[in-house]
Amino acid sequence: MTTRIVELRRGILKKNDELACGLRDRFTSAGVLVLNLVSSPGTGKTALLERTLRDLRARGARVAALVGDLETDNDARRLAASGAPVRQINTHGICHLDAEMVAKHLESWQEISLPALDLLFIENVGNLVCPSSYDLGERVRVALLSVTEGEDKPLKYPGLFNSADAAVITKIDLAAPCGFDRDLALKNLNEIRPGIRVFETSAKTGAGMDAWLDFLAAETQLRPENLSDANRRGPPF
Amino acid sequence: MHELSIASSIVEAVTESAAAYPAARVKAVRLRVGALASVVEESLQFCWELATEDTSLSGAALVINKLPVVVHCEACGLDSALDGVQSFRCPRCGQIAANLRQGRELEIESIELEDPDPANAEPETMKEQV
Repeated sequence: MTTRIVELRRGILKKNDELACGLRDRFTSAGVLVLNLVSSPGTGKTALLERTLRDLRARGARVAALVGDLETDNDARRLAASGAPVRQINTHGICHLDAEMVAKHLESWQEISLPALDLLFIENVGNLVCPSSYDLGERVRVALLSVTEGEDKPLKYPGLFNSADAAVITKIDLAAPCGFDRDLALKNLNEIRPGIRVFETSAKTGAGMDAWLDFLAAETQLRPENLSDANRRGPPF
Repeated sequence: MHELSIASSIVEAVTESAAAYPAARVKAVRLRVGALASVVEESLQFCWELATEDTSLSGAALVINKLPVVVHCEACGLDSALDGVQSFRCPRCGQIAANLRQGRELEIESIELEDPDPANAEPETMKEQV
């Protein structure tokens, strides 16, 4: 009987990571900015996205959204009211989106062509744990936190908040009735993800939306691939 | 609860790698899991049993080597391990340290194989072995 150790040093989610890298290359060469929106259920991803799609379209941006949920196409129907192309991904029990689901849905989505888009939003399944492990090929991961959830959400879910490129504090119209401690929330976000860009919005009143939309517009323009391909698109929105 | 997906991915990867040693049995699988990998050890162990049931990996142990977050401090120029994941500051000087050197790992470090036939001790396909 012999025993031996074979070193593998292999990422467990290597297949997902490779697929996500392929997607990112495709998004980059198509010149589309892809964002992955993650939060708990009920934080207001869909409400923020409804307003974001509508307002970006009003600015002349070409936008689309993929939205993940375990079941129902309720969110896709809500988002489609903005006039943007929207596609629902039903995971049927799986608690996160993965790169394969995104690739599969893009493949069969005849309504859109990536090079004809400025931004593609991917609304992840409402979950603050599992989506953090799965790269979807996005360039910007946005973690959302609502004033009704408590200021310590980033401390409780550091894996996700630490993996985010930007954070949005939602439902700020409810901050006062909830006794929301803004300074503490900002401090906690910075402890977990030092230097993170934070936006504070109310999809209901529109408060803070301009800063968020300006950020998206700037990110879209700042893409290196866009700079080298400046003639392809019209004036920035 | 994505530990079942993770367990299934491990089974897939290990089965693929162990195929180079057809006579051997996988005795243990060793993982490196960073403190920020969002994986619950107990849950992964439970799912590992489910995922390996009735497969060639049935009975193999899953050994989880947990790794702390290591940050690089610009001010000190040093890498330091953190005690937890509640604050990303240099433990020496207290400066914010956003530059992570370790902590998001989710990988298979190695597999331990048991081969009943000593003649198979040095197969040609052992490039991966250290």
